[in-house]
Amino acid sequence: MALLKIRNLTVSFATSTGPFKAVDGIDVDIEPSEVLAIVGESGSGKSVSMLAVMGLLPDTATVTADVMEFDGRDMLSMSGAERRRIIGREITMIFQEPIASLNPSFTVGFQIEEVLRINAGMSKAAARARAIELFDAVGIPEPAEKMRSYPHQLSGGQCQRVMIAIAIATNPRLLIADEPTTALDVTIQKQILDLLLDLQETHGMGLILITHDMGVVAETADRVVVQFKGQKMEEADVLSLFEAPQHPYTRALLSALPELATGDRLPTVSDYFAEAGQ
Amino acid sequence: MSIVVEGKGLTQDYHVAGGLFRPSKTVRAVKGVDFAVERGKTLAIVGESGSGKSTLARIVALIDRQSGGTLRIEGEDVDIGTGKPTRALRSKVQMVFQNPYGSLNPRQKVGEALTEPLLLNSDLDGPTRREKAEAMLEKVGLQRAHFNRYPHMFSGGQRQRIAIARALMLNPALLVLDEAVSALDLSVQAQVLNLLADLQEEFNLTYVFISHDLSVVRYIADEVMVMNKGEAVEQGSRDAVFTDPQHPYTRQLFAATPITDIEAIRARVARRKAARAAALA
Ligand SMILES: Nc1ncnc2c1ncn2[C@@H]1O[C@H](COP(=O)(O)OP(=O)(O)O)[C@@H](O)[C@H]1O
Ligand SMILES: Nc1ncnc2c1ncn2[C@@H]1O[C@H](COP(=O)(O)OP(=O)(O)O)[C@@H](O)[C@H]1O
Ligand SMILES: [Mg+2]
Ligand SMILES: [Mg+2]
Repeated sequence: MALLKIRNLTVSFATSTGPFKAVDGIDVDIEPSEVLAIVGESGSGKSVSMLAVMGLLPDTATVTADVMEFDGRDMLSMSGAERRRIIGREITMIFQEPIASLNPSFTVGFQIEEVLRINAGMSKAAARARAIELFDAVGIPEPAEKMRSYPHQLSGGQCQRVMIAIAIATNPRLLIADEPTTALDVTIQKQILDLLLDLQETHGMGLILITHDMGVVAETADRVVVQFKGQKMEEADVLSLFEAPQHPYTRALLSALPELATGDRLPTVSDYFAEAGQ
Repeated sequence: MSIVVEGKGLTQDYHVAGGLFRPSKTVRAVKGVDFAVERGKTLAIVGESGSGKSTLARIVALIDRQSGGTLRIEGEDVDIGTGKPTRALRSKVQMVFQNPYGSLNPRQKVGEALTEPLLLNSDLDGPTRREKAEAMLEKVGLQRAHFNRYPHMFSGGQRQRIAIARALMLNPALLVLDEAVSALDLSVQAQVLNLLADLQEEFNLTYVFISHDLSVVRYIADEVMVMNKGEAVEQGSRDAVFTDPQHPYTRQLFAATPITDIEAIRARVARRKAARAAALA
């Protein structure tokens, strides 16, 4: 059974010029223990579609779907209370800006302990011990001392490790990572991606990785969804996608990669964009 | 063959003011960097954040004066001192930044943004300035009619074209591009890189191209400088640096950069299958 199954997800925003469809009939399936990459250029609706699953969109958003099931449970018909038992515990999410995702006024130790107390029902002492274990597991050096740090006292990479520690604190079945390394340097990016894949494997979590970077897709995903203007262009296992991309948009994206340039000029996606009416 | 820009032993110190419990200190952000770029060529500077790329760029673009070392533009020692660079010097070197929205005034029409450098640095009359600006818009792949529009009416890629057009208005010899394509989507990035290649060929421009992205650097560079913590740890032709990196830091950077190599993907997929099978057994 799919861990998360979504059919015909649509999100539209009320704007001053009328409704704007940011996500236009997307289907998503992710199996337990699978790494699914959602790739696309900015504005293609990657974040909005996953924020819709998390219930984190503002009131101006209208979300509809024919099916939204987590682990066989229908998320569309369940009560708010039931939903909250899933979101933030069984499904957690991390974001692009790790420093901005943390509360600047509290120590990182306080923030992870709070999640453990509220979402995992732990006592203060148990939460503290578990928090130190988690910091250690995500590769934060001197975890007990680091608990006392405020977010601004840590580097971007360390803040993302803290966010990951918080996200796995409840042993989620599914972790959604939205451009988790886009704001980080490549050497730090590699460490964070290795950490995510390692945690994914040892805990058997599903991992949805949102990215705009084809290199990241190539080095992490089992399966890939290519998204453009709120729609799914192509879905394939990672090897097929790179070896034999089916959709012209995927082919255009891959040919725009500077690392694959053969001649003096880079092919561009503009022909496809013209066709698609942008 | 002529050298357009040359740096010798360039250093830059920042003085960071102290606080109540912190003494003030001096940070050396660039620690003695040498380079020379020939006319019509591209020197790419690559490195992670904080390595001193922008600091060096601002020296080369005559925005900040260096703390030490010498800078030569077209064979002449340049010292912007405390005053502004002369008109002639200002015309020779221009800079393009990562965020075109930040460098374009949102209340200024595109036409004004383009003619302003001419107004400040030349004696051309209004109609000539306008004609030059409209011709430049066409050159960078926009339209003459865009002269009267505001920056917010353009996409990110188009705004970067406007910033490039503005930088070219004074016929510079040298363009310093600081992460100029880093904020752009892949498809738009490819278009802007092609535009830069076309303009370089047409005007024999020299580029100092700063990027944290190795694949972009590999595509655009003739010469490469790798910076780490204010030092140029490796310098050489693109082929030398990419095929046979010497410095451990360069190798580390290459190893960390994700690539879309089919054989690597095939190997990774096989590894994962095997690990899963082992876990089930
Ligand atoms: N709160 C919002 N109100 C109106 N439009 C929005 C809102 N959030 C996102 N959008 C729009 O929805 C589209 C998809 O956005 P997003 O999912 O963030 O793209 P991606 O993550 O693929 O870059 C974009 O055009 C964006 O401007
Ligand atoms: N105006 C400034 N005052 C003090 N320190 C600065 C200033 N600008 C940059 N720095 C410091 O100088 C170093 C190099 O920064 P920068 O040149 O911006 O690096 P890069 O562009 O490679 O990311 C960093 O440690 C940065 O914090
Ligand atoms: Mg996004
Ligand atoms: Mg910089």
